[in-house]
Amino acid sequence: MTSTIMLDPTAELNPVEKQILPRLDSLAGATVGLLDISKPRGKEFLDEVEKYLVEMGATVKRYMKPTFARVAPNELNQKISIECDAVIEGLAD
Amino acid sequence: MKNSSTNKLTVVIKKDCPTCLLIEPVLNELVESYRDKISVYVQDDPAFPSSISNKIDDTSLEFSYRNQIEIVPTLISSNSEQEVARTVGWDKSEWQRLTGLSNLGTNLVDFKPGCGSKSQDPGMEEQLAARFDSEMLSARKVELAESEDEIEACFDRGWSDGLPVVPPTSLRVIRMLKGSRRAANEIIGNIPPDNLPCTIEKVAINAVMAGCKPEFFPTVLASVEAALQDRFCMHGLLCTTYFSGPVVVVNGPVIKRIGMNCGVNALGQGNRANATIGRALQLLIRNVGGGLPGGIDRAVMGNPGKYTYCFAEDESDEDWATLAQDRGFDRSDSVVNLFAGEGLQPIVDQQSRQPESLAKNMANSLQSVVNSKLYGLADAILVVCPEHRRVLKQGGWTKADLRQALLENLMTPGADIIRGAQGIAEGMPEKFKNKTLNKFREDGLHITSTGGKAGMFSAIISGWVASGEKGSQLVSQKIQ
Repeated sequence: MTSTIMLDPTAELNPVEKQILPRLDSLAGATVGLLDISKPRGKEFLDEVEKYLVEMGATVKRYMKPTFARVAPNELNQKISIECDAVIEGLAD
Repeated sequence: MKNSSTNKLTVVIKKDCPTCLLIEPVLNELVESYRDKISVYVQDDPAFPSSISNKIDDTSLEFSYRNQIEIVPTLISSNSEQEVARTVGWDKSEWQRLTGLSNLGTNLVDFKPGCGSKSQDPGMEEQLAARFDSEMLSARKVELAESEDEIEACFDRGWSDGLPVVPPTSLRVIRMLKGSRRAANEIIGNIPPDNLPCTIEKVAINAVMAGCKPEFFPTVLASVEAALQDRFCMHGLLCTTYFSGPVVVVNGPVIKRIGMNCGVNALGQGNRANATIGRALQLLIRNVGGGLPGGIDRAVMGNPGKYTYCFAEDESDEDWATLAQDRGFDRSDSVVNLFAGEGLQPIVDQQSRQPESLAKNMANSLQSVVNSKLYGLADAILVVCPEHRRVLKQGGWTKADLRQALLENLMTPGADIIRGAQGIAEGMPEKFKNKTLNKFREDGLHITSTGGKAGMFSAIISGWVASGEKGSQLVSQKIQ
C-alpha cells in the first residue's frame, strides 16, 4: 500500500507577523482617534470614552465608518493614520 | 491520387489491435495522398506498420493522453488551429468523409470496431496524469502516513465543514481543472475574509473536496467570481452575527447540461450538482479565505444553508422571465445569481384562483421578512412554485405584474410600524410616523420560480439585514 498525497486546500500563507507600532508612554498631548463603526449607540459609548481621554490630557478626534457591514475604506484608514497618534475602534450593540 | 484538402490528419494505432492491422493498406493510401500532412502515432510497437517509414513513437502515451484517445484506431482531422472532427474504429464512410477520399479502403469491410487505447488501460490514467500533468499543480503536497485514513486526515487538518470531504488527490484535482479551460495558476481574486490570493487550482481543490464533478467546475468558478464582486460584500456577510450566507440561484442551459434539480425538492437534498456547487463556495471561503465559524464568522445561530444553498430555476415556461433575464441576461446565457440570505419561509395558498388574491397573500407573508415592523432593511427572494405560476398565467399576469402588485400591497402607514406601535418596542424610528413606507428598498425584491408541479406552496428566502450599498446586493455572473 502506498501513502496518499493530497493537495493543500488552504492559502498556505501563515499571516505575515506584523510589528506593532511603538506604544505611547503617555496620552498627555497625544491625538487619539475614536472610530465609530456605525452600530446603534456607538456615539453614547464613545462620548464616555472621550471624557476619560480628555481628562488624561489627550486631544480626541472622532471618525465614523459609513457602514458596520463593510471594512473601513482605505481613505478613512489613511486619514486616521495621518491625523492621530493612536486610535480606538468603538464597537456597540 | 493527390489530396487537395488543407486539413491535416492524425491517426493513432497499436499493433495489438486487429482493426489497426486490417487498415494498414488504408494508412498507406493516406500517407501517399496526404504526405507531410498526416501523422501516424503508434502506441505499442514503434516498428509497426513496417510499410510506413515516418510513423511516430507514442509508447510514452503522451500524445494519446493529451488528446483523450479512447479507442484505436482514431482518425482526427484538424485545420490550422484546431481539431474539427474525429472518428474511432474503422467506419469506411466516416473515414472517406473525413479524408475527402471517396475510394478509400473500398476493398475492406464497411465497419469493424476498434480496441481500447493503451492510455485507457486500468490504472494507466492515474500514471499518465501524474507524469504529464502534475507540472500544472503548484499547491503544497501533504503526504499522509500509510496508517492515516484519508477522510479523517482532512477532518484533522481543519479542511472540512463538518461533513466528510473527498480527499483532494492530484489526479482528482487535475480532472477538475480539465472541466474548465482556465489555467491552473490564474489568480481568480482575493478570497475574503483574509483577502488572500486564490488560484484556479485552489478553487479546483475545494471543488473536489465538496464532491463536484469536473463539468460543474465552470459554475463553481462563476459563483466564486460573483462572491468577489464588491456589491456582494462577501467579507461582511461572512463576519456578521446575522444568519445569512451565500445563496446560489442558477439560470440557463447549464441547468440541464449538468443535471441540476429545478423540480421536486429543488431546494432540498439529493441532487449532486445542487449540493456540491453551493458547498464548494463555502469550503473555499473557509479554507482559502480563513472564514472559520467561531473565528471571524460570528453568526449567532447561522443557518443550515451555510453547508450549501444552491438551486436552479424552472425555466420550462417561456413566458416567465427568469431571474437572470430580470438582471439583464438572455435566456440563452448560463448565469449564477448570488444572494445573501437564509432559510425558507413557506407561503401556503391553496385557495387563490385569481392573481389579485394570490399577490395579496404573498405580500402578507413578505411583510414578515426579518420583522413585520422593520421596513427597507433586508432584501428577499420570492420563490414562486409552478402551481402558483399557473394561477398567475391563467389570470393573464406576468412576473412584472406580480412584482407591481406585491409592492403596492406592501405599502404600509408608518404609524402602524413605528417603535412602540402594536405594543412592540421594536419597529421603525418615530420620524417615519407620518410617511407611507415600502417593505423593500428599490431593487430589493427578487422573484424566481422552482419546484415540483404539485403543491400550492411558494416560499421566501429572507435576506441579510445589511442590504443595498451599505451591505450586500444580489449579483449575477455569466458562466464561461
